[in-house]
Amino acid sequence: MGRYWRTLRRFWGTALATQLEYQLNVVVELLAVVLSLGGSLLLLSLFFGPGRELGGWNWNQALIVQGFYTVFDGMTTAWLRPNLGAIVTYVREGTLDFVLLKPIDSQFWVSLRTFAPAGLSEVVLGLGLAAWGAHQSGVVLTPAVLLTVLLMLMVAAVILYSLWFLIAATSIWFVKTWNATEVLRAVLASGRYPLEAYPAPLRLLFTLVVPVAFLTTVPAEVLLGRASLPLLVLGFVLSAVFFAAARSFWLFALRHYTSASS
Amino acid sequence: MITVERLSKTYRVADKQPGLAGTLRHFLRRRQRDVSAVRDVSFAIAPGEMVGFLGANGAGKTTTLKMLCGLIYPSSGQVLVAGHQPQRRHPDFLRRITLVMGQKQQLIWDLPPMDSLRVNAAVYGIPDRVASRRIAELSDLLELGEELTRPVRKLSLGQRMKAELLAALLHEPELLFLDEPTLGLDVNAQLRVRQFLAEYNRRTGATVLLTSHYMADITALCPRVLLIHQGQLFHDGPLDRLTSRLAPERHVRLELEEPAPAEAFSGLGRLDSLENCEVNLRVDPASLTRVLAQILERFEVRDLEVNDPPIDQLIGELFRQGSL
Repeated sequence: MGRYWRTLRRFWGTALATQLEYQLNVVVELLAVVLSLGGSLLLLSLFFGPGRELGGWNWNQALIVQGFYTVFDGMTTAWLRPNLGAIVTYVREGTLDFVLLKPIDSQFWVSLRTFAPAGLSEVVLGLGLAAWGAHQSGVVLTPAVLLTVLLMLMVAAVILYSLWFLIAATSIWFVKTWNATEVLRAVLASGRYPLEAYPAPLRLLFTLVVPVAFLTTVPAEVLLGRASLPLLVLGFVLSAVFFAAARSFWLFALRHYTSASS
Repeated sequence: MITVERLSKTYRVADKQPGLAGTLRHFLRRRQRDVSAVRDVSFAIAPGEMVGFLGANGAGKTTTLKMLCGLIYPSSGQVLVAGHQPQRRHPDFLRRITLVMGQKQQLIWDLPPMDSLRVNAAVYGIPDRVASRRIAELSDLLELGEELTRPVRKLSLGQRMKAELLAALLHEPELLFLDEPTLGLDVNAQLRVRQFLAEYNRRTGATVLLTSHYMADITALCPRVLLIHQGQLFHDGPLDRLTSRLAPERHVRLELEEPAPAEAFSGLGRLDSLENCEVNLRVDPASLTRVLAQILERFEVRDLEVNDPPIDQLIGELFRQGSL
């Protein structure tokens, strides 16, 4: 275990060093994050203007959902996209061979090899936005609520990671999977509005098939003190199922892997 | 160290005719075809041996090499490397081998090699103190200095290859798989890499399996050569035996005091060229001494040379012909 921690520290240390090689990029990315959040809030205000309600959510409560969405968007930028997007490159250039010959878990390597710090600013902004929305909604944050919110955010992170990883792992067969991840991103974008804002069939889809609801709506409901226990349990079960699926799909993909130049 | 028995690998490939019609047909009804990349190959390699692995592009070298590392599952046959079945990629197995590929790199492009080395040290669980000592030793052997702290993208091809070798050897593997390690290097850099590999083998007793397009690599490093041709093992043994097998004739070059007609050489061998006083003959090794005696008897000889044809020319011919 110690070896994995040390490796992760080196991974992210080198990732940070790589980013800092290009100073201007860091500034531009930070600027992009702020502009993008501004745009999202503008769009949100069109649906949930002060005094207006949609599906039982008011403006302040919708801000919590938007806040959590921003957190996960940041997580995608910081962690999922740089790593899982690189699997295609490993396969095309044949450098996956080097990964497979290291005495370390290959899923660990391809999932955590790098890190884009620019996404972190989005995570911080999102948490801030959710906290502000909660404060405006008059939420009293007890340790129990905070703990449950954190747990559900972790459940959400596992689900999000597994969804991304399942798609990224198909690059072992189809070298072009970037379009598929764009579709996933578009579907996930539906998570920026509360689940109740959608018609019933979509709600079912977003709860069970592509569990977007667990990313944003469920943690927000926990924060607002109106989440039901069965839903939380379902979240845990789904995250375990998705993670197990991602893991076994990766092992299956590797069995089929015969490198780019045979 | 390595035992390979009746190893075969068959690939399934889809045939596609050119043009739009071919593309449509390819999309609707894919015709699959089995291509055998490696057929029934058997050999054994002892610890500490340096073995050259020869073959044309597509002969099956890389496929065999990758099966030995565990990157490709064999279709049939047995492989045992360092006591393990490679395709299981057991951590203990992976710690004992390394793979260097001339056309692929594991170093991080934007950072100095030292950063990649530190990542590798962590991955292999090598304590920093030990890693520093090994880096110092290996960089000394490789003549690498401040290159280790310069971004990889700013290094020359030769420096980069040496850094790749350092990264691949940090965990002190007992078994080195080198796929074209000198590809694209200039003559000096090739020589440096070659000297390093010989020295590394001498010092550590590591087993080395090396593929190269440059015959000089093989002649300098490998007393034993495996030649793979169209997926099958064509030769296993010393390089000079391969030479005599590929070219059963010796080249005899004569410089005579006086010009002689072509008929004068009948019964001595095959006449390659005859230009005034300079004569080139090909002679069967079995009758070489008899022929030389007759030549010295019949002609006034100013100079005489007996040669094997150059090995790279022979193998080049073999590869061009595509058949034996």
